[in-house]
Amino acid sequence: MLQEHDTIAAIATSMGNSGIHIIRISGLDSFDVISRVFKKGKKCIDFHPEKYDSHTIHYGFIYDGDMCIDEVLVSVFKSPNSFTSENTVEVNCHGGSYVVQRILELIINKGARLAMPGEFSKRAFLNGRIDLTQAEAVMNIINSKNEISLNASIKQIKGDVKNVISSIRNVILTHIANIEATLDDPEHYSFDDDFLNILGTDVNKIIEDINVICNNSKNGIIVSEGIKTVIVGKPNVGKSSLMNYILKDDKAIVTNIPGTTRDVIEYSVNLANVTLNLVDTAGIHDTSDMIEQLGIDRTKEYIENADLILCVFDMSDFSSEDDVKIYNSIVDKNHLCIFNKCDLEKCDDSFYLDIINNDNSIMFSAKEKIGYDELVNQINNMFYNNVLDIENEIFITNVRHMELLNNAIHSLSCVIENIDAFATEDILTIDLLDAYNYLGEIIGETIDDDVVDKIFSDFCMGK
Amino acid sequence: MNSKINGVKENYDIVVVGAGHAGCEAALCAARLGLKTIMFTVSVDSIALMPCNPNIGGTSKGHLVREIDALGGEMGKNTDKAFIQSKMLNKSKGPAVHSLRAQADKKNYTQCMRDVLENTDNLTIKQAEVSELIVEDNIVKGVITSSGAEYYSTSVVLCTGVYLKAKCIYGDVVNYTGPNGLMAANHLSQSLIDNGIEIRRFKTGTPARVDKRTIDFSKMEEQKGDECITPFSFTNKAEDIERPQISCWLTYTSENTHNIIKNNIDRSPLYSGVIEGTGPRYCPSIEDKVMRFADKSRHQVFIEPEGEYTNEMYVGGMSTSLPEDVQYAMYRSVPGLENVNIVRNGYAIEYDCINPLQLKPTLELKNIAGLFCAGQINGSSGYEEAAAQGLVAGVNAVKYVKGESPIIINRSMGYIGVLIDDLVTKGTNEPYRMMTSRSEYRLMLRQDNADQRLTTLGYEIGLISEERYSKFLDKINTIKYHINRLQSTIIGANKEANDLLISYDSTPLVSGVYFSDLIKRPELSYGKLLLLDKKCDILSDDIIEQIDNFFKYEGYIEKQNRQIEQFKKLENKLIPEDIDYSSVGSLRLEAIQKLEKIRPISIGQASRISGVSPADISVLLIYLKTYNR
Repeated sequence: MLQEHDTIAAIATSMGNSGIHIIRISGLDSFDVISRVFKKGKKCIDFHPEKYDSHTIHYGFIYDGDMCIDEVLVSVFKSPNSFTSENTVEVNCHGGSYVVQRILELIINKGARLAMPGEFSKRAFLNGRIDLTQAEAVMNIINSKNEISLNASIKQIKGDVKNVISSIRNVILTHIANIEATLDDPEHYSFDDDFLNILGTDVNKIIEDINVICNNSKNGIIVSEGIKTVIVGKPNVGKSSLMNYILKDDKAIVTNIPGTTRDVIEYSVNLANVTLNLVDTAGIHDTSDMIEQLGIDRTKEYIENADLILCVFDMSDFSSEDDVKIYNSIVDKNHLCIFNKCDLEKCDDSFYLDIINNDNSIMFSAKEKIGYDELVNQINNMFYNNVLDIENEIFITNVRHMELLNNAIHSLSCVIENIDAFATEDILTIDLLDAYNYLGEIIGETIDDDVVDKIFSDFCMGK
Repeated sequence: MNSKINGVKENYDIVVVGAGHAGCEAALCAARLGLKTIMFTVSVDSIALMPCNPNIGGTSKGHLVREIDALGGEMGKNTDKAFIQSKMLNKSKGPAVHSLRAQADKKNYTQCMRDVLENTDNLTIKQAEVSELIVEDNIVKGVITSSGAEYYSTSVVLCTGVYLKAKCIYGDVVNYTGPNGLMAANHLSQSLIDNGIEIRRFKTGTPARVDKRTIDFSKMEEQKGDECITPFSFTNKAEDIERPQISCWLTYTSENTHNIIKNNIDRSPLYSGVIEGTGPRYCPSIEDKVMRFADKSRHQVFIEPEGEYTNEMYVGGMSTSLPEDVQYAMYRSVPGLENVNIVRNGYAIEYDCINPLQLKPTLELKNIAGLFCAGQINGSSGYEEAAAQGLVAGVNAVKYVKGESPIIINRSMGYIGVLIDDLVTKGTNEPYRMMTSRSEYRLMLRQDNADQRLTTLGYEIGLISEERYSKFLDKINTIKYHINRLQSTIIGANKEANDLLISYDSTPLVSGVYFSDLIKRPELSYGKLLLLDKKCDILSDDIIEQIDNFFKYEGYIEKQNRQIEQFKKLENKLIPEDIDYSSVGSLRLEAIQKLEKIRPISIGQASRISGVSPADISVLLIYLKTYNR
């Protein structure tokens, strides 16, 4: 259904790695939505925008549950004194493209909907904020953007994804039609004894299938946007020299990402097929104690958010205790172990030998130029061959599609919950139909009379 | 103009053409709301005739009847008078799809409705064939009968059913009559065409009626009615209308039946091309079922009594237009019907109807002011669908005569709204049948809460009496009171409570919980927990049902309510009647064509037209904003 009054959100600044991004949230629930993710001030108190004046700016942090995501400024605009003339919140965040994307996803999970192209302008116009003479222009923007985004987003769907989603929709439709036929013609049709089992099995299978697409897609997005890479290791282990080595390699194209107010700098490095977004955790590896830093939120956050961790050990200075702590903190993430200064020493410690023999490890020497090609190969292997099954190409790269897939999973999970709670069939179809519609939106198909047609084609109905 | 010389000229507020289920509701509305009304029928003996199946209601149709009753219509009350069996279908399947269905005594149904009509003030009944519309400057002025009599009126409601150029067919036999040999209306179609109305040809059919004395019921399963019946009308109590019920019988087609049909399919007028009209998919003839669903080894056959006055039995599930000899062979191949005598042959009927896209959601024709259409003429099928439209057309004809704003029942208010919106917005390529799956707010549009959805509207229209309305308000207040009370009543973890819970295999309490939270447990209900409700008055079953439904489906009801709020906002954005879509920049050509044809009254309606995209709707919204400044 068309939605004209719900709460929408989008990144208002242009994409790409600008230093500051703004996320705009507009609509009836925008204050509620921000209060679910934003904690005000250093003390992180609950935030209630309605208590503050319009056009005020608030310092604080974006939280996903207990995890702090970013330090931000939030501007509050009260209806009708905003661009859209609805209650509006703007979040100024520091992080790079990854962080802003993450905050946007969070905001969407907390009750906003991703805005359509031109939707803020449309609301601004409909609510009388834009001058009459601009009407034509707004209309053109909406039209052209819709056409372009529709075309673009449909082009972004690879044939296989479309086939997979179509066949998932078919399974859902068949179940809906089965239920509806039975509800509409109870004297001719009844549910088979194992009907709920089959439905549950099929729905769980579909959830799994969609999860596969989602996971592949995360990697798809990672690969296209760059692999967020963090180097960890105890002090003086050679993190800087590894970083410098990668950055200074003549094959690497390095882009400095300036302008953040943080002590963190991201470098985008293209190595062969792979783009690494190297986080220069200057504050971590230059100040004295990595081990102490492990207890600090920010370090945890880097590790938590990283797609790839390069864990550096010094072959000339094994000191087990610290290395074990560091290694254990990253072992569950995507990681490569780099044994630096391998030209100097041989290892005989069981802890290191175990890593060398059983984990992804690379013997490395910046000085002797050993291990660099292997590093690039291993990264390639991890992201192109193992993680991302490029042969099948069952992934999407469009954030809106991702939102729809997640919505579909949510609806289908409700179906499972309802089956377990012995809900009646008329309830089951509500969520099945929602899932069917979400998936249809991805491949550009609307529902129309699908259900009724399916019932008539598969079931011999009526008197 | 009619060339016959006839001095009869009469004046009315409203003319209703047809006395079927749509015509009866329309005429009753008009007369009850105080307007001078005349109703035409080709046969006074066939008022409220049930020419096909002998039952009222069923899935989603039962909802329609409850809604008609909530608005002050007659169908529910009449069914309660004439039923011979009552059944709540889908009882085990969730409240949204509970559907009431009653077998009716056809003769009694007709007679009861006739009694009501004949005793309604302001209503004249006239047996005549209306052959022509009087229209001046696109405004309807009345009708002329085939005998040349002229009846002038401010508004006309057409409820012609299947009678326009009706043609009954079986095998190579073609009779140019309506059902049961009743006279067809052969002239009015041309008058409609002359007034710029697009006519189409639809088809439907009916099975044979057979002699009860020649049926072997020992080979069939008995289908009894419910022990505790539910009345159709909210004004009736079960105990007041209870009566001995008559059974239906279930049997099945045999392999032999299918062979007989397959061997003679070339003699079917459906397959030989004699029948051109489009038939309904949901109610296929037996020959269609056998040919289209070849893998099904048998089909159900329901033997239903036509009434207490007759031995005739309706052979439900075996509608046919095969030749007479094939019908005999086919019916006699069904277990229990081996020696059956056919009283009336099955037949297909073709008829003229209009393309409903020409109608406003008020059921007034867009191009002729004051002319309303209801029932099968709009491409629907079914008694209940017809009656629902008859009520809406009747009310709006009254509003038109009185110069008041029309009533539009939208999709969030009832199945009546879904039915009419589907017809006038999407159109239909086959006789349209109501189905619960057509409603997007099914959980809200239950048969048990039709009164809560529509009685207030019926009262505002003037069809619900003060007395009934105040009873209704009492009921609503009682429900609200108990819902609030149960939300704040705490049940302690005592032995009595836990014993009861254990008896339902429900986890015992360790500390106190709200009564409402117990009701929400899947294995429990308020009805099961009445013993624990110390402050409870004795509540009627329908109030207990409302309480249960409220708590059990709270989450989904809230969700649908939110969707309905969204929906209403778009429905309330009205599009000016004189809008020129071709002058709206940026609309796509397909959208312009569709919008020009359907001329939706609101953005909401526009958004449901196939071929109009969300981007088109955005453009329209912006255009309207500009327009309104």
